[in-house]
Amino acid sequence: MKKSTLILLKTLVWAACLIPAARLAYGAVTNQLGADPTRTITFMSGLAALRLLVISLAITPARQLFPRLSWLIRFRRLLGLFAFFYASLHLMAYVGLYSYFDPGTMVHDILKRRFITVGILSWLLLVPLAITSTTGWIRRLGGRRWNQLHKLVYLSVCLGLLHYWWQVKTGVLAPLDITLVMALLFLARPVLAWRRRRAAQQRA
Amino acid sequence: MLLRKPNALDGSDIPSSEITPRKDYEAFLQEQRSRRRFLTGAAATAGVAALGAHSVGSLFAPEQTVHAAGKLQTVPSPLTTHGEQLTSYQDVTTFNNFYEFGVDKSAPAHNAAGLPTRPWSVHVTGLVQKEKTIDIDSILKLHALEDRTYRHRCVEAWSMVIPWVGYSLSELIRACQPLSTAKYVQFYSYFDKKVDKWWSESYIDWPYSEGLRMDEAMNPLTLLTVGLYGDVLPNQNGAPVRIVLPWKYGFKSAKSIVAIKFLANQPPTTWNDMAPNEYGFYANVNPNVDHPRWSQKTERRIGLPFYAQRRNTLMFNGYGDFVASMYNGMDLRRNF
Repeated sequence: MKKSTLILLKTLVWAACLIPAARLAYGAVTNQLGADPTRTITFMSGLAALRLLVISLAITPARQLFPRLSWLIRFRRLLGLFAFFYASLHLMAYVGLYSYFDPGTMVHDILKRRFITVGILSWLLLVPLAITSTTGWIRRLGGRRWNQLHKLVYLSVCLGLLHYWWQVKTGVLAPLDITLVMALLFLARPVLAWRRRRAAQQRA
Repeated sequence: MLLRKPNALDGSDIPSSEITPRKDYEAFLQEQRSRRRFLTGAAATAGVAALGAHSVGSLFAPEQTVHAAGKLQTVPSPLTTHGEQLTSYQDVTTFNNFYEFGVDKSAPAHNAAGLPTRPWSVHVTGLVQKEKTIDIDSILKLHALEDRTYRHRCVEAWSMVIPWVGYSLSELIRACQPLSTAKYVQFYSYFDKKVDKWWSESYIDWPYSEGLRMDEAMNPLTLLTVGLYGDVLPNQNGAPVRIVLPWKYGFKSAKSIVAIKFLANQPPTTWNDMAPNEYGFYANVNPNVDHPRWSQKTERRIGLPFYAQRRNTLMFNGYGDFVASMYNGMDLRRNF
């Protein structure tokens, strides 16, 4: 890919990733976040985090299915870091808007409310991944170990989805769509691995 | 332990800065009404294209127009809650849990437009002298309509203050002539898959149904509600007739009632059936009994700046003087 194309695409991806934040900022300034802005901010940031994680997890299967799309890998770190950004915004909304920065309330919530427990765990798992996302850290850890560490993203995503399901009222199916997409992406991995093995055998 | 709050209704614990002066409220009502008349006109114009010829006529019939944006004749009520800052009409009508019209709280304001509120009748069945069907216009004329401002506490830990219009459900129940064997009342909400197209966003066993013990239904606070802010109920708030129970979590207050059934035994109710460990049959507002997934000790008042939203939840939502005696001797932790 030409350098100028890459820069253009990166700019576009940056802009797309900033849409949820821009919508929230615009809504906050123009007072259009609905009757419960606290809930809107929390919900939109959490959803953006989950969606970006889904998109970042779609990159590997997409590359394996369509080798011509292998350049997509250049965007994975960007998407992952934006997912971490929105997950952190989501956490800050909880800390500031719901808990008023009161440690007592938060400790009580984290220990007692299972949806908050798994939500915090999901965010905590993303922290080492965000820290080690730099090229320097990849070199320091070595590709294999870095890859192993970054498998934590699967656990984080699962906990994030569980957090969503446990937060909504029993009977509400709002988290279903994203859960199905995620399940498909999870299933794609063993299927594609099997396909690769078979292709290798045929060549041999 | 029941929390007795003698001043629960006179609002003397509310800082005076939070009280909306009467003239402001009047001015506010005026503004809201003129705004809504405009909106209703626009909606009617937009709706004409989608309607068959015969409903176009009824849309423009004078009495129908009155119902569509009707100001109701009301009288004051001693049972109204004073001293609370009202939640704005905008917030009350755009933040609704009405899952038949979508699970997102902003969805019913858009989706409930198709709810056919005229003609409308309520079917009275079960343990009554004689089963009958009561027309909505008879319901509106049965008793003087009262202005009753109540605090509204959702089980999701947010709250509002809403100036409802209606009269005590006991008036209608007396007109239904239940038998002495009737110990419970069950309400059914409107349900039609063609209208409530968003029903499948949740796996609820429709139609929505709620129930009360007879003494709860006969309590003067239990409001048969036909309006808010002096006007007929907007569809998303449960038009044309709903129940409002200010000392219980909002889900007990069934919307858009089409049937009332009198029973000897406790009826099944929608949320209690869905998750009995999360939503009790009684569902009295109680800061001492947490929802399994969140605390009920505090609530967030909708419409205030975020730093001023959080407030302590009151036992029976502050209406203990009127309702606590009905639960004497009951373990409210078990019967939550």
